[in-house]
Amino acid sequence: MDLSYSDEDEEFRARLREWLGEVLPGLPPKPSADDWPARRAYDLGWQRLLYDAGYAGLHWPVEVGGRGATPTRHLIFLEETEKAGAPYVGANFVGLLHAGPTIAAEGSAGQRARWLPPVLRGEEVWCQGFSEPDAGSDLASLRTRARRDGDDYVVSGSKIWTSHAEVADWCELLVRTDAKAPRHRGITWLAMPMDAPGITVRPLRTLAGSAEFAEVFLDEVRVPVANRVGEENDGWRVTMVTLSFERGTAFVGEVVACRRVLGELAREARKNGRWDDVPLRRRLGRLNAEFRALWRLTQWNVSESERVGGVPGMGGSVFKLRYSQARQELYDTAAEVLGPEGLDLGREWTVDRLSSLSYTIAAGTSQIQRNIVAERILGLPKGR
Amino acid sequence: MDFQLTDDQRALRAGVRELLVRRFGRERLRAAVDPPEGEGSGGRVAVGGLDRALWRELGEAGFFALRLPEERGGVGLGLPEAVLAFEEAGRALLPGPLVATHLAAGEVPGAATGECVVAAVDGTLVEWLDEADAVRGDVTGAVALRSVDPLTPLHRVPRPAPPDPVASLLTAAEQLGSAARTCALAVQHARTREQFGQPIGAFQAVKHLCSEMLVRVEVARAAVYAAAVTGDPLDIAAARLLADDAAERGARDCLQVHGGMGFTWESDVHLHLKRAWSRARRGEGAAAAEEALAQDLLASAARAGT
Ligand SMILES: Cc1cc2nc3c(=O)[nH]c(=O)nc-3n(C[C@H](O)[C@H](O)[C@H](O)COP(=O)(O)OP(=O)(O)OC[C@H]3O[C@@H](n4cnc5c(N)ncnc54)[C@H](O)[C@@H]3O)c2cc1C
Repeated sequence: MDLSYSDEDEEFRARLREWLGEVLPGLPPKPSADDWPARRAYDLGWQRLLYDAGYAGLHWPVEVGGRGATPTRHLIFLEETEKAGAPYVGANFVGLLHAGPTIAAEGSAGQRARWLPPVLRGEEVWCQGFSEPDAGSDLASLRTRARRDGDDYVVSGSKIWTSHAEVADWCELLVRTDAKAPRHRGITWLAMPMDAPGITVRPLRTLAGSAEFAEVFLDEVRVPVANRVGEENDGWRVTMVTLSFERGTAFVGEVVACRRVLGELAREARKNGRWDDVPLRRRLGRLNAEFRALWRLTQWNVSESERVGGVPGMGGSVFKLRYSQARQELYDTAAEVLGPEGLDLGREWTVDRLSSLSYTIAAGTSQIQRNIVAERILGLPKGR
Repeated sequence: MDFQLTDDQRALRAGVRELLVRRFGRERLRAAVDPPEGEGSGGRVAVGGLDRALWRELGEAGFFALRLPEERGGVGLGLPEAVLAFEEAGRALLPGPLVATHLAAGEVPGAATGECVVAAVDGTLVEWLDEADAVRGDVTGAVALRSVDPLTPLHRVPRPAPPDPVASLLTAAEQLGSAARTCALAVQHARTREQFGQPIGAFQAVKHLCSEMLVRVEVARAAVYAAAVTGDPLDIAAARLLADDAAERGARDCLQVHGGMGFTWESDVHLHLKRAWSRARRGEGAAAAEEALAQDLLASAARAGT
C-alpha cells in the first residue's frame, strides 16, 4: 500500500498547477444557470483550453486522441483542477465521462475516430437518452422502438430527464430493436444526431428552478445503422459498460469539491457564531472524517482499476451509495450553519442543497445501487 | 501511487488468518464463553483466563514484534502490516490485551515473544488487568467492572492515560475486521435461512441492510489502510470514527438479520457487538476525534490561504 506519488507525477502536478494559475484568472465570468447556450459555450471553451494545453482526455487511449496517462495521473488532474476552482465539466459531462469512454471501449475504429476527437477538442456535446417515462429504474423495460429501413434505423418514442438535451449535438440512445426478444436482449445502443428531423426537445424545470434536463420526443427519426455501437440487440451489455463508467469515475472531482466546501463551511460558522454550537461543530468534524474516507476510497478504486485495467468495477456502486448520502448531509449541514439564510436562494449553498437531492436518484437510485451491491457483490439471491 | 495490498501484505494477512482459524477457531471461541455443562446461564458466566500458550504462539508468529526492527529481534514491518494483522484478530474475536502487548514489544521484556502479557490504561479503562504480567499507565484506584464483553475483563481507572494514536489505529483495525465478519455472517445467513418460501436475502429489506453493511466496511477499510500508510493523527481519528461505526452498526444489523437466533447466546453476533462496544470506549472517544477534525477544517482553510 502506497499513497505517495512518483517524481514524474509530482512534476506533472506542479506543471498543471502553474498552468492553472496562469489561465484561470483570464476566464470569462460563469454564465447564469438558465442560459444554456452560454453555458454550452463556456464549458466547451474550457474544454478547448484543456485540449490546447494537452490536458484533454488524459486517461483516454492515444489512438483516439487521448494521452494514455495512468488513472493516477487523471486523479491528480481532477484533484488539482478542483482545488484551483477550475470550471466543472458541465455540459461535457456525458461525452467525457461516459459516452466517450463507452465508444473508446466498444466502438469500431471508424466510430472512435468520428466521435472522440470532437469531445476532447470541445466541439461537440453529448446527452444521455436512457430513461423513459415508464422506464427509469427498470431501464430494460424501455419502449422507444427502432425498425430497420435500408441503412437507417427509424426511431419513435420518447425519453425523459435528459440532461443538457437542449444544447447537445449527440445522444447516446437506447432503443428496442426486437420487441419479441426477452427484455434485456432486444435493446440497441445508438449515437443519434440531435439535429435530425423528428426530434422535439421540451425543457423541464427542476426543483431548483433551472432547466437542467428535458423531455425528448422522437417521431420517425432516422439514425444511420453505422451509428450503432456494439451489435444489434446487444445494447444491454454496452449499457452496462456505460453505467459502470457513470458510477465508477464520474464523481471523483466532486469529492475534492466537497472537501473544499466543508472548509468554507467551518470558516463561515466561525464568522457567524455558529461554531460555538457543539453538536454542529462535531457534525462538521464527522463530515471531515467522511470526506477524507471517500477520498481514500477514490484512491483505492483508482489504484485497483490501474492494476486491473479497463472498465471500473462494482466499487462504483459502493462509492455512489455513500457519496450521494454524504453530499446531502454536507448541504443539510450548510443550511444549519447558515441559519435563516439557509432559506435564501441567493446563497449558492441553498441552491446546491436543492441539487444535492438528485444524487440519490440520478445514475441509478440508492435502492437500485443497494440491490446491485447485494446481488452482484455479496451474491444474495435476486428478488422475485 | 498504488493504494492496494502488495503480494507480501496479502501473504501476511492470509498467514495470520490461517493461524487464527487453526488456533482460535469457532470451537475455541465458544469454549471460552460457554459455561461448562451444568454451570449457570450464559450471561453470568465468569470470564475465562487468558490462553498463555496461544499468546506465546502469537509471539512466535511475530504478532507482537511485527514493528520491532530486525536488529532488535523484531520482524521489521510497518503500521500497514500491523493493521492487517489486527484486522484478522478483530475478525476472529481474538481476546486479550493485544494492542497493549504489541505496543510494549521492545520495551517490556518478554512482550515481543508473547512470554509476557502486558495490559495498559487506554482511555479510562484497563483490559485484562488481573491476568497481566506487566501494566503500563497509572492503575491506582482501579475498580473492576462486570464487563459486558465476556471475553474482555475490565477495570475502570480514575486517571485516563494520554491518547496514543497508534493504539487507536490498531483498535480501528480490529473494529474493521469485526465489521467485515458480521457482514459476512449476515450474508451467509441471508442466503440460507428461508421464510415465505425463499431465502430471506431475496427480500429487499434484508438485502439493503446487508449492502449498507458492506458499504460501511469498505469506506472504513479505505480510511483505516490510508491512516496506516500516512500515520497522520487526523487520518487515524477519521479512520477510528468510521471503523467504530462500521463495527457497532454492523453487529446490530447482523443481529437483526439473524432474527430470534441473533438474540441467543449461541450465536456469535452478540460477542461481536459487545466487543465493538468495549473497543469503542478505548482512547479519547468520538467527541474528541470529531472536535479535532473540526479544528482541522479551520486550519486547512487557513493553509489554502483563501
Ligand atoms: C438530475 C437528474 C438528471 C438525470 N439525467 C438523466 C439523463 O441525462 N439521461 C437519462 O437517461 N436519465 C437521466 N436521469 C434519470 C434517472 O436515471 C432516473 O430518474 C432514475 O434512474 C430513476 O428512475 P425514475 O425516475 O423512473 O424513478 P422510478 O424508477 O419510478 O423510481 C421511483 C422510486 O421507486 C424506487 N424503486 C424503483 N424500482 C425499485 C426496485 N426494484 N427496488 C426498490 N426500489 C425501487 C426507486 O428507488 C425510487 O425511490 C436523471 C435524473 C435526475 C434526477
